Amino acid sequence: MWKKIKSWPLLLPVVALILVMAVNIIHDAATGANPLSFFMISLRDTTTSGTILYGRIVDIINRGSEVAILAIGMTLVVSASAGTDISVGSVMSLCASFMCMMLAGYGVSSTTTLAVPLVIGLVAAIVMGIVCGAFNGTLVAHLSIQPMVATLILYSAARAIGLLLCNDLIVYVRNPSFAYFGAFTGPIPTPIIITVICIVIVSLVLRKTALGMYIQSVGINAKASRIAGLNSKLLIFLAYTLCGLFAAIAGIVASSRITSADSNNIGLYLEMDAILSVALGGNSLGGGKFNLAGSIIGAYTIQAITTTLYALGVSSIQAPVFKAVIVILIVVIEAPPFKAFVSKLSAANAAKGVRA
Amino acid sequence: MSDKAKAKKSFNSNTLLLFITIVLFAVLYAGGCIAYGSKGFTHFQTFLNILITNAGLICVTCGMTCVMLTGGIDISVGALIAMDCMLLAVGMKNGMGAVPMVLIILLIGAVFGIFQGFLVGYLEIQPFIVSMAGMFFCRGMTAVICTDQVSITQEINPVFYAWANAKVIVPFGGYINNKGKYMAPYVRPGVIVALLVLVITFIMLRYTKFGRSLYAVGGSAQSAAMMGLNVKRIKMGAYMLSSFLCSVGGICYCLNTMAGSVSQATGLEMDAISSAVIGGTLLTGGVGNVIGSFFGVLINGTISSIVKTNGKLASSWPNILTAALLFVFIVIQSIFAAIRERNK
Repeated sequence: MWKKIKSWPLLLPVVALILVMAVNIIHDAATGANPLSFFMISLRDTTTSGTILYGRIVDIINRGSEVAILAIGMTLVVSASAGTDISVGSVMSLCASFMCMMLAGYGVSSTTTLAVPLVIGLVAAIVMGIVCGAFNGTLVAHLSIQPMVATLILYSAARAIGLLLCNDLIVYVRNPSFAYFGAFTGPIPTPIIITVICIVIVSLVLRKTALGMYIQSVGINAKASRIAGLNSKLLIFLAYTLCGLFAAIAGIVASSRITSADSNNIGLYLEMDAILSVALGGNSLGGGKFNLAGSIIGAYTIQAITTTLYALGVSSIQAPVFKAVIVILIVVIEAPPFKAFVSKLSAANAAKGVRA
Repeated sequence: MSDKAKAKKSFNSNTLLLFITIVLFAVLYAGGCIAYGSKGFTHFQTFLNILITNAGLICVTCGMTCVMLTGGIDISVGALIAMDCMLLAVGMKNGMGAVPMVLIILLIGAVFGIFQGFLVGYLEIQPFIVSMAGMFFCRGMTAVICTDQVSITQEINPVFYAWANAKVIVPFGGYINNKGKYMAPYVRPGVIVALLVLVITFIMLRYTKFGRSLYAVGGSAQSAAMMGLNVKRIKMGAYMLSSFLCSVGGICYCLNTMAGSVSQATGLEMDAISSAVIGGTLLTGGVGNVIGSFFGVLINGTISSIVKTNGKLASSWPNILTAALLFVFIVIQSIFAAIRERNK
């Protein structure tokens, strides 16, 4: 039984999530609040969006949407190419800027009416994301450039191009139809719905077709997969393109939330969170086997950690210290040399017991 | 092909890359001189100003090159610089002397590097993840120390202030300004430190056992281990060196900004990495040298200097141009790699 639990791939993210919840419960109990207030979900009437779901969990799942969407693409990229796409945050910002530029018209900094139909803006953002992803994919798959260097180009350029597109302004699109993607559908926050749709589609595709297996096999050994008849290059290219697509969707959500394209701040450091969710989800950053569910739980765990830190009174600029400590703890526990050391220790202890 | 000829060939394609980098710098600089000669771009001082602004980056890039030679990466450098500057500013504000503070900063850099190096070398955790955690830690720590901007003024620490404002006159290359006064070109002490770091790193990489073993580990960790090198310790050494040089760079950086703030030096790690890559260092390890990285920094500096001199271009252009250059360079590198592969 213990062995079964130990080999469960979701052990790490689930344990981390439970720990975060425990901290919340202890904190609530210590401050005299209802210990279970973390889990409370209630309906609340607001003047702006009608009756909505309210609660800390809802907030975490809502705020964690962008990271969760990014984590889907990042998981595929890490699995297929044994590298990370560090450009997703910048690409998010570029897509958002491009979309808002289309919706508002070039050089307009604030508008309530849309210059083009909303659909065109959304399609523009998604096409931009796919183009960026394809650019990264071409560099990695066809020119065999290390993923980090290849994506470093868009990491520094995409945000800057977004600024150029917006004429160095923050473009506000104050239109209810645009704000919908960051607001509420009935009582449920729309970002949650978008995330669920993304996850369902991707997991269906991975389950029903052999794509998931192909990507894993390329990640485990690209050469062997090619000899076995898989088009390794195409699969790696596809993973990066999908990653770009999801970055675009995350960008749409992020920019709709604030009804503007703030090139300098949308998606800032989100690539780090996305990579972290993949690692936290028990996936090896060395490529190969992946576990999408792990990455998603990892993404929400990170958001839960962030929200918890805020609840504990840590300011947003100081929170990274705790994140760093958590990351180091997790990777050290997961590191093979550490595991070997621990099992050696326990073996030595057992030997001592036998001798006595 | 004999082994010697092969070695010569691979040596040649690496030198060729370095040559391209230097030529590109010359072309860029000459272009700047022709286009903005009337705005004073031709003065020797413009070149020295690039050095003055980028003194910190030169130190950081030297360290980054050493880490990249082993096949690793260190993205914590920008945040470490922010923490260094904040510590310097807050420490001096609380009455510490300039020299003890500098020593403390260097010690912190080395200890931080040893910690990162231990995780990478001995626990075999991915360098990217380790240094990302290091980045989070330093950036957050900066905010824990102080959330406001802290300036170092003459009243707070006259010694440090004097260092920052000291001019080291360069004996050649001056010009006579329109009032008929001779303007002697000068550099700040930070530049001297940066150039010293550059020369020492160059000598270390080329002539010492540790420097050469960095190349060996980056070329193939397995072969290096079979050769009897202590791969784990060498990797740890590389990260220690990187963080230490980064702290040296942090002091140079602080001499320029004379302040500590949370958002300082954001994205500096990417500048350092792109400078090293433009200079011909491969992220896969084993190839590269600090001279190339130095020219990489100069190219970055020239681009921002040209954009600044123009004055009309949007502030995002240096980023885009540097990224475009990076693109060109890694494509050239990958073509070279493909040619080398074919010749094997």
